[in-house]
Amino acid sequence: MRYLPHTQEEIEKMMARIGVSDFEELFPTVPQDCRYQGDMEIPGPLTEWDLDVHMEDIRAKMKVGPKYKVLIGAGSYHHNIPAIVPYLTSRSEFLTAYTPYQPEMAQGTLQGVFEYQTLTARLLGVDVANASMYDGASALAEALLMTLRLGKKKKRVAVSRAIHPHYRQVIAAYFQPTEFEIVELPFNEDGRTDLSSLTRNEEFAGVALQSPNFFGVVEDVESAASMVQDCGALLVSGFSEPLAFGLYKSPGSQGADIVCGEGQSFGIARSFGGPALGMFGCKDAFVRSMPGRLVGETVDLDGNRGFVLTLATREQHIRREKATSNICSNQGINTITAAMYMAALGGTGIRKLARLNYDKAEYLKASLVEAGGELVFSSPTFNEFVVGFADDFSKKQRVLRDEKIIAGLELGRYYPEFANKYLFCVTETTPKAVLDRVVEEVKK
Amino acid sequence: MKDAPGTSGLILEEPLLWEKGKKGRNGMSVSASDVPAAALPEDLVGDGPDFPDLSEVDVVRHYTRLSQWNFGVDTGTYPLGSCTMKYNPKVNEKQAATPVIAAAHPMLDDELCQGTLELIYKLEKHLAIITGMDHVSAQPAAGAHGELAGMLIIDAYHRSRNSKRTKILMPDTAHGTNPASAALCGYKPVKIESGKRGILEVEDIRQLMDEETAGIMITNPNTLGLFEENIREIAAIVHEKGGLVYADGANMNAIMGIVDLKKCGVDVLHLNLHKTFSTPHGGGGPGAGPVCVVSELEKFLPYPRISFDGSEYSRDYNRPESIGRIHAFHGNFGVLVRAYSYILTMGAENLRMASQLAVLNACYLKVQLKDYLHLAYNRPCMHEVVFSDKRQLEHKITTLDIAKRLMDCGYHPPTIYFPLVVSGAIMIEPTESECLDDLDRFVAVVRRITMEAMEQPELLTNAPQRFKVKRLDETRAARQPCLCG
Amino acid sequence: MKELEELNLPEDLVYTKDHEWARLEGEVVVVGISDYAQDQLGDIVFVELPEVGDSFEAGDEFGTLESVKAVSELYLPIGGEITAVNEELDDAPELINQDPYDGWIVKIKPNDPGDLDKLLDRNGYMGILKGDE
Repeated sequence: MRYLPHTQEEIEKMMARIGVSDFEELFPTVPQDCRYQGDMEIPGPLTEWDLDVHMEDIRAKMKVGPKYKVLIGAGSYHHNIPAIVPYLTSRSEFLTAYTPYQPEMAQGTLQGVFEYQTLTARLLGVDVANASMYDGASALAEALLMTLRLGKKKKRVAVSRAIHPHYRQVIAAYFQPTEFEIVELPFNEDGRTDLSSLTRNEEFAGVALQSPNFFGVVEDVESAASMVQDCGALLVSGFSEPLAFGLYKSPGSQGADIVCGEGQSFGIARSFGGPALGMFGCKDAFVRSMPGRLVGETVDLDGNRGFVLTLATREQHIRREKATSNICSNQGINTITAAMYMAALGGTGIRKLARLNYDKAEYLKASLVEAGGELVFSSPTFNEFVVGFADDFSKKQRVLRDEKIIAGLELGRYYPEFANKYLFCVTETTPKAVLDRVVEEVKK
Repeated sequence: MKDAPGTSGLILEEPLLWEKGKKGRNGMSVSASDVPAAALPEDLVGDGPDFPDLSEVDVVRHYTRLSQWNFGVDTGTYPLGSCTMKYNPKVNEKQAATPVIAAAHPMLDDELCQGTLELIYKLEKHLAIITGMDHVSAQPAAGAHGELAGMLIIDAYHRSRNSKRTKILMPDTAHGTNPASAALCGYKPVKIESGKRGILEVEDIRQLMDEETAGIMITNPNTLGLFEENIREIAAIVHEKGGLVYADGANMNAIMGIVDLKKCGVDVLHLNLHKTFSTPHGGGGPGAGPVCVVSELEKFLPYPRISFDGSEYSRDYNRPESIGRIHAFHGNFGVLVRAYSYILTMGAENLRMASQLAVLNACYLKVQLKDYLHLAYNRPCMHEVVFSDKRQLEHKITTLDIAKRLMDCGYHPPTIYFPLVVSGAIMIEPTESECLDDLDRFVAVVRRITMEAMEQPELLTNAPQRFKVKRLDETRAARQPCLCG
Repeated sequence: MKELEELNLPEDLVYTKDHEWARLEGEVVVVGISDYAQDQLGDIVFVELPEVGDSFEAGDEFGTLESVKAVSELYLPIGGEITAVNEELDDAPELINQDPYDGWIVKIKPNDPGDLDKLLDRNGYMGILKGDE
């Protein structure tokens, strides 16, 4: 087996040195009744070439392949990934290193993560960003738990119903064993969260919304922040499409206390939903309550700049049951990936790309409305929006699918009141001709 | 040191991203628009983030130089205890990166993504067989996420029986994630002191376990590298009081095909695919932490469950007793592809052989080093062995000094100062990937360093000297945090 | 780390087995940590302080000290109400390392000043430290 370097001669030599005569004698402390009986019934071993064949069989079962134009985002977006990103992230000095516990021999990871934290903080408009959470959903759940740590005696949080339904499910799972209560906030006809039920009774530790929200609608974060903070709560602003902040004001600059969400759009393949990237940032004042690792700048013995993991006393390996979270492994290499992507795009490029996404989505939105579609929400959107159709669109969706176009996500299974309403996503990867073809089918 | 691989090389300086670049450069193509410009909602539009503008060459050189300041498994021996830094096969990377896998959208109907569903389904089956457990969910995104899933399952189980439990038993050798995960479910950890033998003693469990205790969290082999040989009796006591046995599978690399965890009495187990199943650690992640359970607890596993009716794979959401969803989609799917690819490449026999060789390597290092470093517990070790700096302290040399000197000699240091029960711990896990020649070279270097500790201690206390930076001021980093440039 | 004989343990203070010291100044009791405790912890990087007006019983946890890789709870030597906290520690936690007796942490208005008599004198505390070794 090519991964196992030992020759029989070496094994015998080592056993002689240890004083055992076979492998069995290496396990004297494993009781007989704990032993694995028989052989593990799994396939293999496959050669590299047989593995290729087997995996090709599995891939062949995917009806929707890379040639499809998938006009669905909903938390997982198709953006172009420049060749340099996978090329550089696959450098094994990054990829095969552990968490940088020995900073002198991990300065590459550490500086890379410090740069990620900085670019992320600038993107989200927050003072500080951590070295990542698992994904947008767990980041949101952890953010709400953080508001409860900061809110001391408070027991409730409020969560907008316009947040990605899967994210809300994750929040519910994280909260299930706790004594805390989740109150759901409805959304208005314009697709924005209705905060009117928040009163000045100061009962909520945190209020979470998502912007752009699940319907693609950009929330009025500025008003929300002042309303929420007037009630004595913290505003958590989530997101699933960070490219929006290349065009729209960042949530932090509009007053959100914690900003967190999914960073998959930045150079990370969709890969059936993971591994992705939980981005997480907050105001300086809250940093000691923040979950997750942090990299900080310092100097070495000679006074030269260097980077280390810091403020680790918040974390599980030191504070154990009193830690701010149980998170240990995070999304590591994907922080470097996202930073590379942000660096390659640059300030000028992200503006241009965000504008392109916006214009294309607006084009399809306007064309569908012109073709008879009903725009469900009037508020501004970024690269996603919801359109309803008078007649059953699913048949037309099927026709388009045969032409390798996946035209939108039906919302009835997530919001029963929105049956036959479709969430569309348009990014830079969809040519105008494809958009026109969808419109043509709608007109039929 | 002539026998060590460490030497000095050319290290290039590289500034921070925003200290280079020029406005107007660009490192990524953005297509010209093929649609008309739309009106903008001006009140919501901002200035865009303050990112530097860099050329493609700027970015490539930047990250290439950064990578050269790093050390990975592909660079050299990485005997970091409890982390299983085994070789990460390249063929796994290739499979995860194929366009079909990379482009798979997680929100499509089941019929459109049969391949990815099949892969998860089969991986879960294989992991069940390897561990001896009945059912597996691959949704958790990391070890600690698997622990959280496991604790939520234990909480849901007790809730379903109307049993209110407030505590959980926790050996003092546990990883910090264990008490932190238990605390997320409101359980107060009750510390179990390690016995004289470094393992859990039945009598201690008998005294501590009661009907207000949800169960016990055990790492087996434990973080001292010792097999918890009383696990069956301990499990029986815990079960008798209505509790459940949670096993942290961080050290699964010692026991594949050798130990059946269900037979040990384990009810819930998590695995670390980035340890045992060879997926790369990526400088901290992503990992994957599948949670494995016995049949009785299957109904509590996270949804959606992947099921197979003989012809079609589907996602089952109708799981009324499930703990719910813990990841936005299907967990770290790309990591699952790599682990699946590893398991098929290895097959049953090689997986067992990997565990045998991992233990053989650790036992070999134990006998080769025990006359040079203090051995914390002189008992049969599994895949890792814990020493300490007790002897070197006589010369005012600490574990940290030894670790830093090892770096100059071209090795990643072992895990240090963990487990907490061993003062100045040096926890070595060679994994099966190191061949005898490499082990012998490592042994020679460690022995030499213990000599240096007596004869030339400044070589240790001033180490490392051969890296881009010398020892870093962690106190300054924490006192005046600079977390953002 | 310092040897026991190198420790600075003033005679005019009382100590607890948790390594806090206390000193009566008029009507208030000043509290800090001993030279032994600061030496064991190493460089202190952060001090979490209670709020003025908080009340505690003797032995209650009233704050934490953090070094780079450890967290240590602070326990009140005597019950009472916090009348002052050393706010200088927010920006300069190293004051405790520099002089743990000048780098006080809180002042308390004790419920009963007589409770101080229950604490250890220098010799008693030294005895505990010798037992710790």
